[in-house]
Amino acid sequence: MRTISAAETAPATYAWAVHAEQLRVKAGRHLAVDGLDLRLQTGVHGLLGPNGAGKTTLMRALATVLKPSGGQLTLLGETVSGRADLRRARRGLGYLPQDFGFYPRFTVREFVEYMAWLKEVPKPAIPGAAQRAIERVGLTAKADAKMKTLSGGMVRRAGIAQAIVNDPQVLLLDEPTVGLDPEQRLDFRDLLADIGVDSCVLVSTHLVEDVVAACTDVILMSEGKLVFQGGPEALIAHGDQGDAGFSPAERGYSALLRRHRGGVA
Amino acid sequence: MTTHPDAGVLARYAEGDPALDEANVWSVETHLETCADCRGHLAGHAPDDTLALLERVAAGIDRGIADGPSPVPRRRAWSAASRRWFVVTLAPWLTMTAAVLGCAVLLQLGMPELPSLVLLLAPVAPLPGVAVAWNRRTDPAWELIAGTPAAGLGMLLRRTAVVLAVVVPLLAVAGARTGAPLALMLFPSLAFTAASIALGALIGVRRAVLVLAAVWSLAVVLPSLVTSELPVVLHPGGAAGWALAACAMAALTAARADLFRRLSSGN
Repeated sequence: MRTISAAETAPATYAWAVHAEQLRVKAGRHLAVDGLDLRLQTGVHGLLGPNGAGKTTLMRALATVLKPSGGQLTLLGETVSGRADLRRARRGLGYLPQDFGFYPRFTVREFVEYMAWLKEVPKPAIPGAAQRAIERVGLTAKADAKMKTLSGGMVRRAGIAQAIVNDPQVLLLDEPTVGLDPEQRLDFRDLLADIGVDSCVLVSTHLVEDVVAACTDVILMSEGKLVFQGGPEALIAHGDQGDAGFSPAERGYSALLRRHRGGVA
Repeated sequence: MTTHPDAGVLARYAEGDPALDEANVWSVETHLETCADCRGHLAGHAPDDTLALLERVAAGIDRGIADGPSPVPRRRAWSAASRRWFVVTLAPWLTMTAAVLGCAVLLQLGMPELPSLVLLLAPVAPLPGVAVAWNRRTDPAWELIAGTPAAGLGMLLRRTAVVLAVVVPLLAVAGARTGAPLALMLFPSLAFTAASIALGALIGVRRAVLVLAAVWSLAVVLPSLVTSELPVVLHPGGAAGWALAACAMAALTAARADLFRRLSSGN
């Protein structure tokens, strides 16, 4: 448990936690996100799409790592496209990149505390916040082990811990379930649901069943454009028996993609 | 402080007498919070079953503490600092800088007929460290750090300060060994550091360092080695000019601070 400050219960002055209009982002020379419109509110949003759909590039732009080359991007009511001051928006952000590097000689606790310090968590609150984040991802027993001694799944959980250490209002997780075993995936879904109660969580994944089980909202991207946004039931409703896939959600996914490609071609 | 409750009320409170009304219970409790004497009296009034319960709870807590994980030992600041990024990544570059400066000192002492190599190399001495300081090729956690509010000019300057904290004493020692004027050792190196950061706002610090080092070697170091004469920019009268250039570059950097908010592709 932690104390909730007055700032957290104050009403938001913005309509959407994430608001992108005609967003264009380049990955190198290639325009990976091309005219995307996206509005996200509190809840858990699953980002689906084939390889090369621009998911990671979109995540990087939302995390303010990449500068959008066009369009409008607003996070928590702060404009972050162009040369705006990013500090305020970044304080409310949590980001887990797809392949993230870390300092191998740091212990898990030092890593999470260092990230908390970079995220400008008040200094007296850092040890408590780090301990809480480590407990939430189930790494308490490994808190004082060095990062280089951890397995792949544990490194990923340490990454999730650093993403949630500042209690972000916008949490961006790029492929967070890679390397987690089935039991950890279930725990992770509970954690997502817990965080999604009062924050906007965007999870990019290629596992359709993860999205249906854990997300309140599904976003489908293809070739840098938004194909579909709606609840898991709406995704399932798009699929027929004739579509490819083992589950109703997978059939809905492949039906939507096929229709989008047919429409573009 | 409230008045002490009389012994009878305290005894009834300790026994949990239901006849004691709420107002009395509250006043007793408020008083107990601030009065150690009355807490002592209360302990004397406690019935046996309450004492047994307290005993059991104390034993349970002791057992829980003994079985649970031990408290995290207090870490010393230096033990965490020794595992910091700059020790792992920056140390080899700074060692190389020190080695090159050491060679320059030896060469100059061995061959006094050449122009002062230490003076010629001093301006570019901090540049390798500056190039590595905030760079996506050398910092494994760059993607995590680039999205945090602390990323920006402040972080670049902090890391540059670490580099300078090592390089400036090295330069001072090298200058003292060879008798080169201290101002001509320090001001050009500070001017080059500030210039690489200012130029880095436009093309990325790593590229800026490469450009500046190349220009300095081709335009100044090579000609002076060929002609065996110290270039005019490094004559003793030039120190004030270098100091002025360092200030101008620092001001330019401060004015363009907003360009450092994202890690540019040049880094």
